[in-house]
This record gives sequence, C-alpha cells and structure tokens, in this order.
Amino acid sequence: MSTNEQAAATTTNERPEMSPDDLLVVNDVKKYFPITRGIIFQKQIAAVQAVDGVSFNVKRGETLGIVGESGCGKSTLARCLVRLLDVTDGEIHFDGRDITRLSRLAMRPMRREMTMIFQDPYASLNPRKRVGFIIGEPLEVHGLGTAAEIKRRVQELLEVVGLNPEHYNRFPHEFSGGQRQRIGVARALAVNPKLIVCDEPVSALDVSVQAQILNLLKDLQDDFGLTYIFIAHDLNVVRHISDRVLVMYLGKVVEVASRDVLYSEPKHPYTGALLSAVPIPNPEKGRNRKPIVLEGDVPSPVNPPSACRFHPRCPRFVEGHCDVEEPQLYPFGNEQVAACHYPLERWPMGPDEMRRRGSARSPEQALQT
Amino acid sequence: MVRAVEGVSFSVEKGQTLGIVGESGCGKSVTCLTVMGLNPKRNTISTGEALWKGKNLLTARARALREIRGNEISMIFQDPMTSLNPVHSIGKQLIEAVQLHRDLSTRQARARALELLKAVGIPKAETRLDDYPHQFSGGMRQRVMIAMALINDPDLLIADEPTTALDVTTQAQILTLMKRLQEEFGSAILIITHDLGVVAETADDVLVMYAANVVEQAPVEELFNRPQHPYTWGLMGSLPRLEVDMERLTQIPGQPPSLLRPPAGCRFHPRCPHVMEICKTTVPELAESPSGPEHLQRCHLDQETKDREAAKILEMTMAETG
Repeated sequence: MSTNEQAAATTTNERPEMSPDDLLVVNDVKKYFPITRGIIFQKQIAAVQAVDGVSFNVKRGETLGIVGESGCGKSTLARCLVRLLDVTDGEIHFDGRDITRLSRLAMRPMRREMTMIFQDPYASLNPRKRVGFIIGEPLEVHGLGTAAEIKRRVQELLEVVGLNPEHYNRFPHEFSGGQRQRIGVARALAVNPKLIVCDEPVSALDVSVQAQILNLLKDLQDDFGLTYIFIAHDLNVVRHISDRVLVMYLGKVVEVASRDVLYSEPKHPYTGALLSAVPIPNPEKGRNRKPIVLEGDVPSPVNPPSACRFHPRCPRFVEGHCDVEEPQLYPFGNEQVAACHYPLERWPMGPDEMRRRGSARSPEQALQT
Repeated sequence: MVRAVEGVSFSVEKGQTLGIVGESGCGKSVTCLTVMGLNPKRNTISTGEALWKGKNLLTARARALREIRGNEISMIFQDPMTSLNPVHSIGKQLIEAVQLHRDLSTRQARARALELLKAVGIPKAETRLDDYPHQFSGGMRQRVMIAMALINDPDLLIADEPTTALDVTTQAQILTLMKRLQEEFGSAILIITHDLGVVAETADDVLVMYAANVVEQAPVEELFNRPQHPYTWGLMGSLPRLEVDMERLTQIPGQPPSLLRPPAGCRFHPRCPHVMEICKTTVPELAESPSGPEHLQRCHLDQETKDREAAKILEMTMAETG
C-alpha cells in the first residue's frame, strides 16, 4: 500500500488498515456534551460538538503534535484517548486492541500503557500528599512491587526527571512550577507506559523552564522509546518536539502532515493563518512579516458553521461551495492531508495573495458580518 | 522585605515603543505599577523618580495622579477576563472613563465610546455597547480594554502582557491593532512581555530584566544582533523557533532566585554557565558596551568571550531551515 493510499484510508470513514507500526488508531471519534433543560424531565436541547469525527494514527516511537486555538477540542480529544471521557461515537484502537468500550475494570491494566501529563502543574498534584506518594501511587494501584521496591523506583524516577531523590518526603508546594511539572512527568513515567499524552505540559511555564522540560521529554523519549501525543497551542513548541503535526479547528482535523512539510508547505488556509500569526524573535525578519489576520473569533461549537467550519473566517471562502459541501481530508502526497476545497498553492503567501479572486468577501465586509 | 525592583532607569519618547522582557517574578509588572502609582502605599516603599513631562509621579498627590491616570497615561492589563467589571455593561465602563476626565454629556461620551469600539474592530459595535463583559470572548474583551485605554487619547500607553492570555491569531490581531493605533495617535507605548517574538516585532528599545535588575538595555536590533549578557543568550537559546531547526534547546539551569534573599554579587551567577569568582561577590555595574552608550549591560565577562558567545547564539538561532 502506497503512502498516499494509506493517508486516504485513515481519513475516510472506512475502517482503517491497522498496521503493526501503529500504536494508536483513532477512527471517526466524536464527543458531544449534551446541553439539557428542565430539572426532573431533562430534555437535551443541543450539544457542544467538542470533537466531531476525528481520525488519525500514531506510530510507535513518534511524537504527534496537536495544535489549535483554545476551544478547538484538543484537550477533550486527549481525555477521550485515555478514556477519561467516554466517546460519543467512533473507535479508539490502542496497541491492536479496541479500547473504546472497555469497562472500567478491563480498562485498568490498559492504564499502565497510556498515561497523561497535565497542563497545570499547580492543580494536577494533590497538595496534601507527599511527592513520594504521588509518584508511587500508580505503582501501588497496579500492584507493581512492595513498599520498599516502590520507594526505590520513585527515587530512581526523581533522579531521571532531574529532581533530588532526597526530596521524596516533600509536599508539592515546596517546589517551583518547573519542578512540579517534572513531578508530573515522573508520575506519568512510573508505570513504564508506551504512550504519554501531554496536554499543554509547558504552557504554564517560563521560557527557560519550558526549555528544560522540552529537553527532558526529548531525552526520555530517546531513553525509553516512548510515544508522545503532544498537545499545545504554541506552534514553536510543537514544531520543536513533534515528528508529525495535526491541526484542529472547532472539533475537526483540518490538516495532518509531517512536521517539516506542514511548516514549510501548509495546504489549509487555517494552518497558513496560524503560521503567519506567530511572532518571530528576529527584528529584521519579524517586522516584514505580514500576518494573515483572521477576522472575528472561533464560532461556538454548539452551532458550528455549515460544511467547512472555517468558512466564515476563511480568506479563500467561495460562496456556494465551502458553505455547502464539506471538504474531506484530501491527500497531497508525502502523507500530507488537508480538508480544503481551495488549498494553498504555495507558501509563504501574503494576505492579499491568499484571497482568491473568486472570493466574494473583502476584509471590510468580513468585519461587518 | 522583597526588593521587587532595584535601580531601574529608562525613558520613553513620543511615538516610540519600549519593551520590557523577563520571566515571571522579575519585576516587570511592579516597575509599571510603580510608575502609575498603583502599588498600595501602605506596604510599599518606592524611591527614585518617574518624571512625566517634568513632573515626578512618585511624589505626586493622589488627586494629581488621578488626573493623569487613564487620561495622559493609561494601562492595559494582562488578564482580560478579570480586569473588566462584570456587573456593568462595557458601554457604561467606557463612558465612565471618558466622563472622569472630560466635561462631556453622556450622549457625547457614548458617541466617543462607540467610535473607539469601532476603531478596535468590534463587529456591530452599536448593539454590543450595552453588552456585559461575559458576553465577549477573550480577544474581544482585550479589545474593549484597549478601547478603554485609548479613549482619552493617552500620550503613554502601558501594556502589561497584553496578549499573553490570547491565542496566536488573536494576538496577531491585537498587535496589528496596537501598531495601527500608535501610528494614528502617536502615543508612546511601554510593552511588558515574556515573549521575545512580540518584543522583536513591536519594540524600538528593549530592557531585559532579571531578578529585579536590568541586565541589558539596547535598541531592538542591537539587542538581537549583539546580545551581551549571558541571561539574554539563555533566553534566546531556550526559545523554540518556527524558522530554525534546533535539535536541543539551550536551557538555563535552575530556577529564578527568590527576591527575599537574592544571591550575592551578580544575581544571575548561580545559573550562569560563565560564572567567575568575581561574579559571586561583586555586583556588576550597568555599563556601556563597545557599541555605544545606547547599549547597556551588567556583566563581568571580558568583551572577547562575550562577542564569541553572542556569535555562537546568533549562528544557532539564525540558521535557516533545511
């Protein structure tokens, strides 16, 4: 099977081919949160379509970056993947096994295989427990060793993530933000997982500390052969750590490609707009940058726009097509797929070039709508 | 006693933008709050002077300060979610800002508020004027904050991390907006941020702060082309970049120090890879660099090492992809 066909297969709604290389295969996953009305007789009146038909696969040993603006469903997706939330529809295959509808009990051994690092190092550690307990708890839950063995393992883990093993008996408040995030990493690492889902692990940290954590995650991946799903809104960070990148917009995948392809030849206008919006820490280059300024805000996922969800903000919007027919993820070679009827022909592209001649909307009009 | 800011000097000219960069807790925000006289009087000690058009703001009376705040100098705060009053409509809050400083009827003030909301690009401004803050998204609230800050045509706008809480696309909108408004109104801007990218693109002069001190001060191009302080190198090296491939980020080891008991000598010495004996005992002066009096730096290293290290950082961070 050629790479192209493979890309196409994983993106249509057919059951994807499971390749032994794939650690995680996600097929058409949906997560809706119902909005109800009434106290005794609750009636569902609408649903937040947080994740709506997302399919992708993650190969063993790679890092898949997921980017998107706040509210696009990144974190919901992460929680669905590790079954902290139950999906509304779709399938999640982990290591060749369908885990979508496993019971809590059946799921428990799987939790050794996939762990999570959370965004906020202040909220994700129990302030009343000692660090040794926090990191050792997963080992205890899974019955991995006696108390003495667990203690030894925890001290080893503290060392691995660059903390002093003697701090075993300290409480989380005695650590700084960066150190707490290291504790979070140690906890995720404790049970020797195959997959770690990192949900914005460095967003709350200062740049110098962020660099420490990013380097640590890379080193751990090399040492233990880990697979990461790395969620972030910072495109610089995602580029640095990922092998492949998936771009989400309003609950849908708009583009997937290998890192270098995505950052040098984005096909979806949203990816282009995101890339052009990143400030460049270089005065000469940065000042000549012409960001493609998207008008307005991300629409509500309760009542998303018809067809292509990006069409109300898209500079390449074509009336009667983009708002009527939903684009599939079309393959572009190099395992790149993008859901757009009018993909970008080249990159970089100025805001004026990006606007199609057929596009009915001028920026002034867009402001008024 | 926490010495949150020590010996910081700078000046901003009309139409110019000064950027202050540094990590959290380095005293960026306190500097600005002090200038604005917003630190609680009861438990802060401010010395030195902040001259605004020849008048010292630090010793000015509360009444005189009130005349200046929101009128000649205004401020945009970091968090758009908490800096608007949730129980008043944004129209009311904007009108209040106008009427405090100008003798205008409510109708006139309302017209002015509407004008500003349109200027910052809020769609359907007429209908949104009577909406409450919770009805706006983060980016929209930040625009309202900017409208409020600009409503009296301030001569100086202090923006404390104006885009930190926002997504990149919204950040691009807000920065473009601030640039455009500066061109239109000719205000001076003081922008506080931890994002070197934002500084590179908006500021004319930059102040790098570390643990309550200024460690380097230079015009923006000079700073990015000839950084002279190890902390600035660390910041530049630890930044993952869109346009450059870096296998490994240069990390600054350790944590920023507590300001309750800052390290003796150079405050950066416990984290500095080039630390020497003298650094542990003597505080380096904020001295001129060879490039001229515009570029100040606070480091004991000899010039040769500095030039070599700066060149290394530049080579690493400027290398093109592929």
